[in-house]
Amino acid sequence: MNAIHELGVLELAAAIGAKQTSSVEAAQHLLARAQQFASLGACLAFNEEATLAQARAADARIAAGERTPLLGVPLAHKDIFVTKDFPTTAGSKMLAGYQSPFDATVVQRLAAQGAVSLGKLNCDEFAMGSGNDNSAFGPVQNPWDVTRVPGGSSGGSAAAVAARLMPAATGTDTGGSIRQPASFTGITGIKPTYGRCSRYGMVAFASSLDQAGPMARNAADCAALLTAMAGPDIDRDSTSLDHPAEDYSAAIGRPREGATAARPLNGLRIGLPAEFFGAGCSPDVLSAVRAALAEYEKLGATLVDISLPRTELSIPVYYIIAPAEASSNLSRFDGVKFGHRAAKYVDLIDMYKKSRSEAFGPEVQRRIMIGTYVLSHGYYDAYYLKAQQIRRLIAQDFQSAFERCDLIAGPVAPTVAWKIGEKSDDPMANYLADIYTLSTSLAGLPGMSVPAGFGAGGMPVGLQLVGNYFKEGELLHAAHAFQQATDWHSRSPSGFGS
Amino acid sequence: MSLTLSDIGRIANLARLELTEPQSERMLSQLNGFFDTVEQMNAVDTTGVEPLAHPTAVIDHVSLRLRPDVASEPNNREANQKSAPAVERGLFLVPKVIE
Amino acid sequence: MSNTSKSLLVQGYEVVIGFETHAQLATQSKIFSRAPTAFGAEPNTQACAVDLALPGTLPVMNQGAVELAIRLGLALGSHIAEQSVFARKNYFYPDLPKGYQISQFEIPVVQGGEVGFFLGDEKKTVRLVRAHLEEDAGKSLHEDFIGQSGIDLNRAGTPLLEIVTEPDMRSSAEAVAYAKELHKIVTWIGICDGNMQEGSFRCDANVSVRKPGAPLGTRREIKNLNSFKFMQQAIDYEIRWQIEEIEDGRAIQQATVLFDPDTGETRAMRTKEDAADYRYFPDPDLPPLVIARDWVEQVRAGMPELPRQMAERFAREFELSDYDATTLTQTKGMARYFEAAALASGKPKLAANWVMGEVAALLNKQQVSIDDVEVPGPMQLAALIRRVSDGTISNSGAKSAFQELVANQRKSLEDLAQYLADVDAIIEAKGLKQMNDTGALEKIIDEVMAANAENVAQFRAGKEKAFNALVGQVMKASKGKANPQQVNDVLRQKLQ
Repeated sequence: MNAIHELGVLELAAAIGAKQTSSVEAAQHLLARAQQFASLGACLAFNEEATLAQARAADARIAAGERTPLLGVPLAHKDIFVTKDFPTTAGSKMLAGYQSPFDATVVQRLAAQGAVSLGKLNCDEFAMGSGNDNSAFGPVQNPWDVTRVPGGSSGGSAAAVAARLMPAATGTDTGGSIRQPASFTGITGIKPTYGRCSRYGMVAFASSLDQAGPMARNAADCAALLTAMAGPDIDRDSTSLDHPAEDYSAAIGRPREGATAARPLNGLRIGLPAEFFGAGCSPDVLSAVRAALAEYEKLGATLVDISLPRTELSIPVYYIIAPAEASSNLSRFDGVKFGHRAAKYVDLIDMYKKSRSEAFGPEVQRRIMIGTYVLSHGYYDAYYLKAQQIRRLIAQDFQSAFERCDLIAGPVAPTVAWKIGEKSDDPMANYLADIYTLSTSLAGLPGMSVPAGFGAGGMPVGLQLVGNYFKEGELLHAAHAFQQATDWHSRSPSGFGS
Repeated sequence: MSLTLSDIGRIANLARLELTEPQSERMLSQLNGFFDTVEQMNAVDTTGVEPLAHPTAVIDHVSLRLRPDVASEPNNREANQKSAPAVERGLFLVPKVIE
Repeated sequence: MSNTSKSLLVQGYEVVIGFETHAQLATQSKIFSRAPTAFGAEPNTQACAVDLALPGTLPVMNQGAVELAIRLGLALGSHIAEQSVFARKNYFYPDLPKGYQISQFEIPVVQGGEVGFFLGDEKKTVRLVRAHLEEDAGKSLHEDFIGQSGIDLNRAGTPLLEIVTEPDMRSSAEAVAYAKELHKIVTWIGICDGNMQEGSFRCDANVSVRKPGAPLGTRREIKNLNSFKFMQQAIDYEIRWQIEEIEDGRAIQQATVLFDPDTGETRAMRTKEDAADYRYFPDPDLPPLVIARDWVEQVRAGMPELPRQMAERFAREFELSDYDATTLTQTKGMARYFEAAALASGKPKLAANWVMGEVAALLNKQQVSIDDVEVPGPMQLAALIRRVSDGTISNSGAKSAFQELVANQRKSLEDLAQYLADVDAIIEAKGLKQMNDTGALEKIIDEVMAANAENVAQFRAGKEKAFNALVGQVMKASKGKANPQQVNDVLRQKLQ
């Protein structure tokens, strides 16, 4: 058996099941590693007692003969998910020390399958950001180059998995926050169809865009995790789709019609949007992506030229809708029932203003301002309503594209990870860098990032795969086939050896 | 469409945020920069296009699920108030509300 | 739209009133959470995570609340929207945990409809604009806390129907009559318990004045009127205040005002700064509410007969006046009681008088409801009415017997025969039987006429009053047992 931290989710579950190690041993090992590499800034909270109790319970189930793909496997949760055993901050001073009385549904489902919670992972404040440099609890470093960002908003999750502090982590994706950090850190991540995973227990950022998803080292691990996480939550989330739960691990294993051993992706049409391959994308990224696509052709896929004409429009559309919803979702943070309350104030309104202004970081305040403005009287039609109309057109563009292809592929981001601090003063620059991931979220489609090579500075580059509604299985299958034929996903940054 | 400092003040007030003067200035220039980009939406013809509030409504009719009228939540006050800034006799305390 | 009659004008001004009523729906659980809605619990013991807006919580719609909304729409002849949308109304207030209220804005669940009622003899109709579903806020408590308020969120999330009228009302009396009729309807169809003291039925009155023919004046909104008595007082004060302002040359500013029952005045609320910008937008957490037509038909099939329909039927079938029929249908309990007594006794007019008279008086005196055990049941009353109509007892004897029934409390017997036997036993025991023996009566009348020769002479001379004096003497001599009708007939005959 390799060192515990070298093992992925399925491998570790198998090792635990085969009694080569135990859940308790794995948990202790990984907790120690997390402490050892605390400088990455990935982890925010631990509760060793709770973690080991969960691990012991998992070991008991193993002893009783039970085996599931996740049983005994330690992982951690993006601090956007509320947990009973650990405080939840959402990366914000507003929620420093907040104790939720309930667990997020996604956390519950993973726990029910025997996954063990190691702790909470750093993220951009209220999931707003692309570099995990908006957290109130410090930036997160990219393990491939600690002077660079890991991406955001699920930066802590990505860094932790990439540095092998844990085999997997949960993340959330509203405009690219799983896919982009996965791309920047060379791991695999998937954002499912909107409504696939329950949003109950996810601190809300943009309600019509937020989705939970797994981040791990490969598609097979993601498939096992997503199988546990996804499924209807009829009782608690009205936007959760009443679509039967799927076994994504089985989907990965199912050969395509017409597939051969050498060409497992025979018949798969992959659409390449012209807008994703233009001048806006840096050459090193394009190079890695094209090389990956060439591999896909070898595996039997056909590349098809398509167009997503409103790609650039997705930026203003997203950055009107998401802040609008966020400005409303964040109104509950008023210092009355929970969260930060200012120490000094003269009256009620002053209490609101001081509490919120002291505790929300600049990016959050900026988005609240934008959101409040675009919903306000006289501007609603021109901004919010218009954006929602264009959103429908963008979604329709995808449907047209899917008439000519099964999956859509391209880069995740226009560049590799940038230096920490490089984009801090320029919010627009951050927004513009989201160009390839926003439209997927607006349409509610599933999207993945798959490690595809390296770009400038030896930094990882991810290949984005986008599927039609409910086609997570197809996405994971295509990613898995690629990972059987390549080894980008097996690369790990140096400096984090055992 | 350019915002002014007075707009910033009004919006901040609506959002219960308090910005210092330099913060307001900075916010103003950042928002104006942002809204310059947003202008490109005007060029799109959206006549007759239904806004898309729920993403999957594009392919499927999405409607509100209803749950039976049963009161099943037990009293969980202590846990629910654990993170409350100020509580007395079960009530959340705030500066006096004047009507 | 009726022309306002000159008599309604106040100091020459026409009064224009519209109402917004918030009716708390009688569901077990809240509109978007599964916490209970019962009144009076310890603070924040009925406020679950969703109600407190804890991070990560989401709303899930209560089917019961929708059903009750459908019922109201059917009762008022409204259109039930096939598809309606929930919207967020954004503002900051301590009793509003999310910092927004989930309500309905552009597309409400109930559209149009009307409420008909009597104002004196006049039939009135007030048109509804809409009724929509929304959640109630919590409560602020100010006593016991110096410089602070205590927030109780038990009420947060209780389902409300906000019922909005056109500005069709032209007087405070009409407004109160409307409110009372709406109150009757919502309690009758079982969607609201109507307990105004507990805040189950709260009215906001939009009041403006104008010279007849002029465009609508600026209105002020009197909030949270939760008693009919205060409602009229508040509106009257507001009308006089507005007229005085205008007459003094000042324009009315739009404002929200509160009525102070201690001073009898309305005054503008302090917190309304720049007219609130609620930034309504469709709630992304809630897909559109779809109501299939067969659900509506199902609800319609289960609806009770509505008060107005029942009143019209009573007036028709039992030949009662509109006024009496309306009085008898003031509650479903009373209407059912009356109908049962009317049918069993075969004497609907007598039954009407008894229900509106003795029974109503008893309810008022004992502060009980018509279904309580302290009130004789409709069959008991029917038996009593039978014995009055067949002459066994006089009206005053019946009142006596009724008191006995009250003292014995409500009985549940097998059939009318047993109820009659029960009443007969009381009549016997209390010696209430009317004298029906004409012979004995004639004897008494002869004696009285002999003993009251002067009255006899006066009557024969044309003084009608003398007749009553003689009747009184006969009743006294017979110890109240004489049948008054018989006394009348025989005495008149003998006096000729």
